[in-house]
Amino acid sequence: MDKNIDITQHVLVPKHTMLSPEESKKLLSDLNIISSQLPKILKSDAAIKHLNLEPGEIIEIERVSPTAGRTKFYRVVING
Amino acid sequence: MENIHKKVGSISFSLLSPQQIKKMAHVKVVTPELYDKEGYPVEGGLMDTRLGVIDPGLRCRTCSGKLKECHGHFGYIELGRPVLHISYVKAILIFLQSTCGECGRLLLDDEEIIKNQARVDKLIASGKQELIPKVNKLVRTTAKTTKKCPHCKAKITPVKIEKPSTFYEDTKRITPIEILERFEKISDSDCMLIGVNPNFARPEWMVLNIFPIPPVTMRPSITLESGERAEDDLTHKLSDIVRINQRLFENINAGAPEIIVEDLWDLLQYHVTTFFNNEVAQVPPARHRSGQPLKTITERIKSKEGRFRHNLAGKRVNYAARTVISPDPKLELNEVGVPLAIAMELTVPERVTEWNLEWLKTFIKNGPKIYPGANYLFDGSKKKKISAETQEVILEELKAGQIVERHLIDGDVSIFNRQPSLHRMSIMCHKIVVLPGRSFRLNPSVCNPYNADFDGDEMNLHIPQTEEARAEAEILMEVETQIMSPKHGLNVIGCIEDAVTGNYLLTDDNTVLSREDAISLLLSIGVINTEKIQKFKKNVPGKEVFSALLPEDMDFIYDKVVIENGQLKTGQIDPKTIGEGNGTLLRDIHRSYSETVCVDLFGKIFKLGIAYLMKRGFTITTSDADIPEDVREKAKDIVTTAIESVNIIIDDYKSGKLKNFSGKTIEETLELMVMQKLNETRNLIGKMISKTVSLTNNAIIMSRAGKGNITNLAQTSVLVGQQALRGKRIERGYKNRTLSLFKEHDKSPESRGFVRHCYKNGLNPVEFFFHAMTGRDSLMDTALRTPKSGYLYRRLANALQDLKVEYDGTVRDASKTIVQFSYGEDQIDVSRSENGTIDVKKLIDEVTKKK
Repeated sequence: MDKNIDITQHVLVPKHTMLSPEESKKLLSDLNIISSQLPKILKSDAAIKHLNLEPGEIIEIERVSPTAGRTKFYRVVING
Repeated sequence: MENIHKKVGSISFSLLSPQQIKKMAHVKVVTPELYDKEGYPVEGGLMDTRLGVIDPGLRCRTCSGKLKECHGHFGYIELGRPVLHISYVKAILIFLQSTCGECGRLLLDDEEIIKNQARVDKLIASGKQELIPKVNKLVRTTAKTTKKCPHCKAKITPVKIEKPSTFYEDTKRITPIEILERFEKISDSDCMLIGVNPNFARPEWMVLNIFPIPPVTMRPSITLESGERAEDDLTHKLSDIVRINQRLFENINAGAPEIIVEDLWDLLQYHVTTFFNNEVAQVPPARHRSGQPLKTITERIKSKEGRFRHNLAGKRVNYAARTVISPDPKLELNEVGVPLAIAMELTVPERVTEWNLEWLKTFIKNGPKIYPGANYLFDGSKKKKISAETQEVILEELKAGQIVERHLIDGDVSIFNRQPSLHRMSIMCHKIVVLPGRSFRLNPSVCNPYNADFDGDEMNLHIPQTEEARAEAEILMEVETQIMSPKHGLNVIGCIEDAVTGNYLLTDDNTVLSREDAISLLLSIGVINTEKIQKFKKNVPGKEVFSALLPEDMDFIYDKVVIENGQLKTGQIDPKTIGEGNGTLLRDIHRSYSETVCVDLFGKIFKLGIAYLMKRGFTITTSDADIPEDVREKAKDIVTTAIESVNIIIDDYKSGKLKNFSGKTIEETLELMVMQKLNETRNLIGKMISKTVSLTNNAIIMSRAGKGNITNLAQTSVLVGQQALRGKRIERGYKNRTLSLFKEHDKSPESRGFVRHCYKNGLNPVEFFFHAMTGRDSLMDTALRTPKSGYLYRRLANALQDLKVEYDGTVRDASKTIVQFSYGEDQIDVSRSENGTIDVKKLIDEVTKKK
């Protein structure tokens, strides 16, 4: 296997972007939750490895959905 | 998270030390006897009243509590010789293997010990306690392989275990006494490195010297009808232990030969082992005199019948009944027929007020033996049984505020259920109708949501006992509210069997009824009003009779069925419009009118179908499977050409001309092409038949308006078609061939399970054999698949059971952790949609048209 393949460019890998601190704050207050109630994602996850994130930061994932066309999903980065 | 008030921080499990056992014990048990001649518990016996009481009237001699006040106290016995606790033999082996038998030190040199200790300290410092077990494991494995003790230089002979509970050093047995001696020498810090915290569990506590006797309250004896006492399994086991222990003591004190003592010792070990766990491998389970194994401590807790799944996760309830079900199309959808015997056993609590006093008196007058009567009276503190003796007094003293438990009467609220309860429609609220007989009766249309049939199925009935419960059942669980399925937005309850066929035939263009017939048909199902009936001419078309049920302003179009202003103009009613799982007509009514209108209409349509079919009659004859000669010839041609073209494909394959599909081998390609060709044939014939055969053919009618399928007719009268085994043509049997009469590698249709004859004319022996093969296979398949998929579903349902859609549209679990940010990503309530989507255009059209 070619290790230089950039998997983020693959059609099956949805777009992962980091939320700014303001956006994160807004998201959490909109949902009325603390960040540990979000779904989690490993820091070492192949799709966000290149972003070099710290635990606690929130990732926005834009996915293709069979029911809604496009949908946004959020996950919080954890160690590992 | 924030709404957790008391969170369990941690749970620690630890071993009981001999000191602790003695400290918590209140009795030293000395005799295996249970009761004296008068039937009183013997002092110092296993039923000693100082261990708690299980008889009403007696008082505990430890805490002087009565039955249910005192929860029991432990006792102890001193064992003549120590024995091993069977649940810890694994741990005992680990300790024996990783410590020195002479000096009791861990079998690692000082350097290694310091190194590993440092590792542990580092992990604690960095807060990674969860990784410590890995270090412990490393320590154990290295210690196990040491040949010579690094501390006292003694030679280490490897310790082996002979299951279940004997240890050997080479051929020399290590007795529990020696084990105890060795373990006492092990230092606390070595324990920690091996992976056991000595504050909670010293290794020597795994060997029992002092044996705790559990309180009598956890092993109550039962008094049988004959007056005899039956002791609990645990008590039996305990008396075995005490008896053998006593004999062991006697023999030791009498200076008996070591062999006898050792035999008794082994026996004691056996009894203690089976006391804790009666299902240990290689230990014969202790049995009752009847031969049934005793249920000891482990079996009490473990598995489906254990404490957790049987008593804590699942409980038994009162006010419930269970019996066989049978159909009754005369019942309404939301009714359930209850046998009289059950109606007189189950009760509804009714609070007496000054307005219903007289009414309730009639129940009490009837008493428990005459229906409708009452069984109990509750006057705020005591529950009194109503009987011939108490009746008069109760009648006189009856006043507002008391509660009468009266028999079930028509219209009472009940909750009806069939296992497995896989979705919410498996438990619905029905109104009671008391009927003679011994089975629950239900409208055959609700079979589908319950997944019930009448081949012996049983169902459960519960009677809600409070006003709140009744209200909840009626509002949330009523059958009417469950018509639209939350899985696809279509009705789970629809017309079936006769109801569909009847409506199909009624709405046929050629059906014409006389005015009298039409009216009596409608009246028989309870349609009285309507101007529509008055408009009936001398001869009434079936479509008009059907239309008499519909609301005046109804418009509906689906396929060929067109309804305008409540009149069925064209098309025939069939399963696609009123059937279960896809009744578009029912869904439309449900959406544009209301639940009540829908249920009402459904009931009428159902009854009309049955009434009409009863009047007309419906059957099938052999001649229905007769296909006109010209059609049969055409069908034969189709089959012949299909087989020819398959042979051409096979020839291509043989000569190597066949090209493979991408990702498939040539053989696979061949199979795919052949399968496709042959399957096509049967469908082709089916289509041809449905086009050419008269619509008055009963088999065709069934295929359009019942459970039938056009393939059924095709198979009986033209061709059965390819037999598939696990999705492929039949290919196994003999070496490279299916039967010995074929040549090897024969890929022709007839050698691979193609049946070109029909059921009516009969199959040839080879075809018959292939047909039997697939028949057997599908039988096996269903028998094996059902429990597998059931278990799969159970796991899924357990994992998802606490998910809930919150008011903000997110899906969260019980701890409010988000699972989905918006329900289904589109936030559509499927039960209010059309197959998961909402047709906005249609909605706008409807709204604008109305204005």
